Amino acid sequence: MSRLSSAFEGHKALVTYVTAGDPDLAVTADCVACLDASGADIIELGVPFSDPQADGPIIQRAGQRALRKGATLKKVLTLAGDLKGGIRAPLVLMGYYNPILSYGEERFAHDAAEVGVSGVIVPDLPFDEGGRLYGALERQGVDAVLMATPNAVPDRLAAVGSRSRGFLYCVSLLGVTGTGKSLYEGLEAYMARVRKATSLPLALGFGIDGPEKARLCASFADGVVVGSALVRLAEAFRDDAPRLLEETGRLVRSLRAVLDEVQTTGFQRPSA
Amino acid sequence: MTQRGYYGPFGGRYVPETLMAALEELERAYEVLRRDEIFQGELAFLLERFGGRPTPLYFAERLTEHLGGARVYLKREDLNHTGAHKINNALGQALVARRLGKRRVIAETGAGQHGVATATAAARFGLECTVFMGEEDMRRQAVNVDRMRLLGAEVVPVTSGTGTLKDATNEAIRHWVATVEETHYIIGSVVGPHPYPMMVRDFQRVIGDETRRQILADEGRLPDLLVACVGGGSNAMGLFYPFLDDPVALVGVEAAGRGLDTGSHAATLGAGRVGVLHGSRSYLLQDGDGQVVEAYSLSAGLDYPGVGPEHSFLKESGRAEYVSVTDTEAVEAFLLLCRLEGIIPALESSHALAEAMKRVPSLDGKTLLVVGLSGRGDKDMNSIEAYLKKGESAS
Repeated sequence: MSRLSSAFEGHKALVTYVTAGDPDLAVTADCVACLDASGADIIELGVPFSDPQADGPIIQRAGQRALRKGATLKKVLTLAGDLKGGIRAPLVLMGYYNPILSYGEERFAHDAAEVGVSGVIVPDLPFDEGGRLYGALERQGVDAVLMATPNAVPDRLAAVGSRSRGFLYCVSLLGVTGTGKSLYEGLEAYMARVRKATSLPLALGFGIDGPEKARLCASFADGVVVGSALVRLAEAFRDDAPRLLEETGRLVRSLRAVLDEVQTTGFQRPSA
Repeated sequence: MTQRGYYGPFGGRYVPETLMAALEELERAYEVLRRDEIFQGELAFLLERFGGRPTPLYFAERLTEHLGGARVYLKREDLNHTGAHKINNALGQALVARRLGKRRVIAETGAGQHGVATATAAARFGLECTVFMGEEDMRRQAVNVDRMRLLGAEVVPVTSGTGTLKDATNEAIRHWVATVEETHYIIGSVVGPHPYPMMVRDFQRVIGDETRRQILADEGRLPDLLVACVGGGSNAMGLFYPFLDDPVALVGVEAAGRGLDTGSHAATLGAGRVGVLHGSRSYLLQDGDGQVVEAYSLSAGLDYPGVGPEHSFLKESGRAEYVSVTDTEAVEAFLLLCRLEGIIPALESSHALAEAMKRVPSLDGKTLLVVGLSGRGDKDMNSIEAYLKKGESAS
């Protein structure tokens, strides 16, 4: 069974994102350990790309810093392998398509499985175009997590719902990551529509910058994704690793606490 | 073209999920409009009365004499309203936006020509307009920034990444993701996710359609060779497309910048490899890890690291040939045309001229060669002056 789906059982899941290699790969390793110890259920490792279309300025800048420090897809895979034994939370690689295409889709799927990555999210690869990569990942037992958006028509929601693996990443707004834009007005109705379209656990992400929004979003979803708020810390404390870890731990624990307060019976796997 | 916007293995729709609904809506609407006689009639009328079409196919008598070989014709897209072929597409897409019920348009621009064309079309139709332009390009093309603002457009400086056309395109896409419900994105070239490469090509094919009629009227036969510059590739695609099934040689000219071996160039088809950028699979300038690398050309309209997917297909199928021309060669061609024909060409178009000039002397006097003169060069005065002063680009 999917390690990612399991992470949603029994409570509201906390999915966290950091850009791998920002400020450098060694600090990212420490950060991931900190996220894990502080209560993250799933950890996304962002693979930096020169042209991140779905990301706002915070994650763009993190990617630029990571690239300047020499981060590559290959090094991020190696990092994932190194982390594997030491953490409880499953790892998800989140990265744009071109570096994966350049690396080789079959080779990437194989190597991702080999280093123990549980899932992959490629924001600029809709399933219509992703047959090759998503097929290769499926064969390797790595979950290809797809995205749902508030403006999707019912057929599209049903399609992403049935093709996604592990969980469905529900984008909370029309926009890019980390812009502080207010959440989509019809969030509750949107999540009800998605719920009808799939039996997968639903994680809400984009624009969830702290405990307050996390609490609201968790009432509609099975989990929340927090990215830019963590990446912002990596930017602010890029020259002070101990402080970065301290602040990261503090933010994650506060998110964990509010998610644990939300009344839930946890995600219920539908009986087969 | 096969299903889903593919040209052989190139094209497609590689975008964030948020844009899928808008692209499907656009595709459906455009499929209707391309066959809608009223829409096509409206566009033709607009191109004629507002845009100044048809543009002349001009026999360059003194250039032909000077080079001593093939007969050289220039397709004068520089005589369009706003000074380049870009208006053909901007007007077409502004009409599409209106049919989609969108009250607002956005665009990316490099040299500013597409931005000016979009701002012009938006003013003509009373649409709100925002243009994304790299900070570096805003400095290089300050006059075009002023023109856009005069026309009522908001120009947003883009500082992310390297602050040039590729980053302006990223920013336009990001902005579109956030405003997709009321906004139409007028992409400026035959790039981007399906249906853009097809739609922009359709709006630019008027260049080739007219050329065919005009050369048949003047010479009684089709040309032997078409030469056009390629950045994203919209003027070349527009000129080539109506001749794809004819025995006419097609030559696309990319910017070799300071030389292909220097790494400072924009020869995507000549020196790139297949990748995915800005929504489609095509040739791409990238490093070994799949990171997109910066393109360089003295001409701001050619320094783009991607290229339209249909050009990649024409290259792979062998139907068209792609070569490249350096800054120096383009400037020489620019100066020669100014003096011999009294036409100041855009630096972009000067790349096509330079390639034509290389070929003409070895061709016989019966050969008919058409150069796509995609735009006028007034905008390039500063670049040219600085280049001549330093023997190198000041930018």
